[in-house]
Amino acid sequence: MREITIPISDETVRSLKVGEPVALTGVMMTGRDAVHKWMIDTFIKQTRQPQGDDLEVYAAIKPLLEHGVIYHCGPVVAGLDTKEYKFVAAGPTTSIREEPYQADVMRHFDARGVIGKGGMGPKTLAGCQEVPFVYFHAIGGAASYIAQSVQKVLGVHKLDFGVPEAMWVIEVKEFPVVVTMDSHGGSQHAMIDEKSRKVFEELLAKS
Amino acid sequence: MRDLTNEILELIRRTSTDLPHDVETRLREAVGKEEPGSAARGALETILKNIELSRKNSTPLCQDTGTPIFYVHYPEGMSTRALKKQIREAMAEATKRSYMRPNAVDAIYDKNSGNNLGGDEFPYIHFEEVDAGQPLTIELMLKGGGCENVGAQYSLPNSQLGAGRDLKGVRKVVLDAVQKAQGQGCAPGILGVSIGGDRGSSYYASKEVLFSKMGTRSEDPNLAELEERLTGEANQMGIGPMGFGGQTTVLDTKITGLHRLPASYFVSVSYMCWAYRRRKMTVEGEEVVYD
Repeated sequence: MREITIPISDETVRSLKVGEPVALTGVMMTGRDAVHKWMIDTFIKQTRQPQGDDLEVYAAIKPLLEHGVIYHCGPVVAGLDTKEYKFVAAGPTTSIREEPYQADVMRHFDARGVIGKGGMGPKTLAGCQEVPFVYFHAIGGAASYIAQSVQKVLGVHKLDFGVPEAMWVIEVKEFPVVVTMDSHGGSQHAMIDEKSRKVFEELLAKS
Repeated sequence: MRDLTNEILELIRRTSTDLPHDVETRLREAVGKEEPGSAARGALETILKNIELSRKNSTPLCQDTGTPIFYVHYPEGMSTRALKKQIREAMAEATKRSYMRPNAVDAIYDKNSGNNLGGDEFPYIHFEEVDAGQPLTIELMLKGGGCENVGAQYSLPNSQLGAGRDLKGVRKVVLDAVQKAQGQGCAPGILGVSIGGDRGSSYYASKEVLFSKMGTRSEDPNLAELEERLTGEANQMGIGPMGFGGQTTVLDTKITGLHRLPASYFVSVSYMCWAYRRRKMTVEGEEVVYD
């Protein structure tokens, strides 16, 4: 399996193709529904004024996301009372909910990879080509297995969003994923959708 | 009445961290159907490794520990208020012990309660009275949000799909739901289908039917035939594990029927992900047995 370290160079991003299994090593950050909305509203479309620790958090995550990776994940975390955090279960969440936001978020933060499950749509795929970045698919539900590749929890931002919705900064080693959307317009998801639609239409025609 | 909080905590632990035997067996059978070296086979192999690891370490199979759905059959005379209190206490403790992720979010103010308790409806508990001499049984299903989001409800007739108010029409809309779900519900999935009812009762029934074991066919031969047919045809679509393409998209289909109003004909599809977490505890006198 090909090993890639984070931060990821443009050259590496461009060399990745749909179907390729990859092991990721380095520092990444979790971010899902609340985080994407917060990024868009506060810093990208700026429809909401920064409040509380928004600016400090922004300053902390900005360098982390430069050529970095966002992981669509709402983990189960132990050690909440002692703040000695440990990921107990940490599989991917369904990515399509971030479809309205993802490309803009990746462009703004100059990030190079998204990890999730289920794939994303045309807006994100166009962003993959332009920014560039790739979509890495992790195995949905394989939460105990994936948690093993999380070596250390380095910190957390916006814990007030709730444990699943906070931004967890994690150090991972050989995190297993497959490229399912690349920076050349390739999408495994669009392909399977089209193929299955054809079979579906044939089945509809039968009684 | 005996305090069962610890026994219910054990039910939650087992449900979240260990998949029922019949589900695991189906997943093992599915591996052999995928091409060696394919992404689909890799996904299933990872799923099986995850099942073993979760069982060994007592950690959640999936980080989305889902909506907790309890079905309680209690002997006449037992206090449902006391049972509800014990279930809620066990749920908060299970969250503290990381068997459950804090999953109850106030929809208006976006606040996570932190302990999986939210209002009167979270966790969802359904009580059903049985005869006084019968044992108390508590069944728990944990249904993740990814698969819940790809569930669908159709009002027939549906002209776009050419689906009329009969089992032929039901077949068409269920296949539509599977095609639309792609891999987003964490395929391979299990389909719970309810025909009839109102919008609310129809959705509940489509989940209730998922409490039965894999391969259990409807007693109605027409529905049993449709269950088999739908599983087969869903798998022809080639969506495969995780939507990577492949032979296994749906592991099983379960259908139930409800009475409906003359004006309404609803078909509800509840998609259950491969992490099909359901467990049962039976309390007979001092003895507590888990399935």
